Amino acid sequence: MAKITFITTDDENITLEADSGSVMALAVENGVQGIDGDCGGVCSCATCHVHVKPEHMSKTGDASEIEQDMLELDDNVNEFSRLCCQIEITEDLDGLELTVAG
Amino acid sequence: MKKSTMADPFAQVRKEKGFATVSDQDDPVTMMLRLKDVRKCAHNAKTFSSEDIPGRIVVPSEVNIRTTRQIPFEVDPPKHKGFRGLLDPWFKRPLENEYKQKLHSIVDKLVTENLAGNSVEVINEFSLVLQSRALTLLLNTPFEDSIQWISWGTHVFRSEGDALDGDKAQVLYDYLDEKLDQALANPTDDLFSVLLGAEVDGKKMSKEEAKGVLILTFAGGRDTVINAVSNSIAYLADHPESLKRLRDEPEIRGKAIEEFIRYFSPLTHMGRVVKEDTQVCEHAAKADSRISLCWASANRDETVFENPNEIVLDRKMNPHVGFGFSHHNCLGATHARQILSTLIDVLCDKVGSIDLLETEDNIEEWDDFHRKVGYEKLVVKFNPK
Repeated sequence: MAKITFITTDDENITLEADSGSVMALAVENGVQGIDGDCGGVCSCATCHVHVKPEHMSKTGDASEIEQDMLELDDNVNEFSRLCCQIEITEDLDGLELTVAG
Repeated sequence: MKKSTMADPFAQVRKEKGFATVSDQDDPVTMMLRLKDVRKCAHNAKTFSSEDIPGRIVVPSEVNIRTTRQIPFEVDPPKHKGFRGLLDPWFKRPLENEYKQKLHSIVDKLVTENLAGNSVEVINEFSLVLQSRALTLLLNTPFEDSIQWISWGTHVFRSEGDALDGDKAQVLYDYLDEKLDQALANPTDDLFSVLLGAEVDGKKMSKEEAKGVLILTFAGGRDTVINAVSNSIAYLADHPESLKRLRDEPEIRGKAIEEFIRYFSPLTHMGRVVKEDTQVCEHAAKADSRISLCWASANRDETVFENPNEIVLDRKMNPHVGFGFSHHNCLGATHARQILSTLIDVLCDKVGSIDLLETEDNIEEWDDFHRKVGYEKLVVKFNPK
């Protein structure tokens, strides 16, 4: 089981638990504001953009080239950006903190 | 080649050059063919603008048949943001349970009616009917309104290059004027009234602006939805193993829908007007010329997609631009996805197989590029499960 915390643009902290699936799906199922996941998780819509807490980047790993290409043209991109549909939930993510890019 | 195959006419030029200039009513268009270029140009609204003479960014150009600006589609940022912010919540309603249930009963009824044993001409008797009935949900208007929209046929809004075009388009514009006048006199909770009562950036929306939103909603979501629905049915008729797989593995249906949108690319391309001298693909693009973002070509870009000319139902990485890209991405995408999702669910539930009886391809011609976008005629027989 991994506990994952989302911080929304309204500064609301939402901590959720799961052991599988994508981080995007977890957020959408629980109505996390700002994570829409319009394309269902195939890296096409960029509506699940988050900023990973800098010290947690090692938990999530880096974005793939296709994901980076998507992020490159997003207005709120920074070096900690990920599309969370591309982050699979495992126990290693326990304690992960993500800020919704908005 | 199977009847449902949709070839990629852009492959060679995309690989060798990356762009191609095609003619359109004395206002040529340079089509961008590679995914990365398409995305970059779509994102760069300052250089590649959507806000010019109304109708000019559409290819073929609609400048001769339309004076009303489509909103938010023909408005650049930052003004675009206010309109989009107003419209987004309304156009996300297809995610609500009540909407989903109503859409399900529309699709279920239509499929069930066509299971009786006779053949059905999908374009006019199924897709047009489904698109029109579903539109009553998006607009929150009475179901009976769809009868009139169906009676307009499939080619009512599009410029096809003949003298009657203006008259055809006028049918829609007159209809919208009448509906907006009715909404002004007797406001309801439909989109007509909601728009007329709305404020954007502190300013009340005008009747002309409301009309611009409605033209976009009617015209932008007509051929595209009809093509997406018809092409999905043709594909599933031609590939019974895929219908079986979707039935057996409901968890892949979401991915399959994105893959259909990529492969079918119901809208071939959309234009932009170049605002300052620049370069695209190392080719000079002059101010006041037109480029287009060729979604259909970008979606077959072999440098991004493995096996781009195959439908891979569970394609995991699928960064397609079938709904456009960046701030002007398709406003109706949520509605369109919900229609396809519901259709797949109902077909899996009720239909055992689909016989593909007769097809006549609908081919678009952009100079030397001939692209199949759907069907003029598609006759099938739905066999019950």
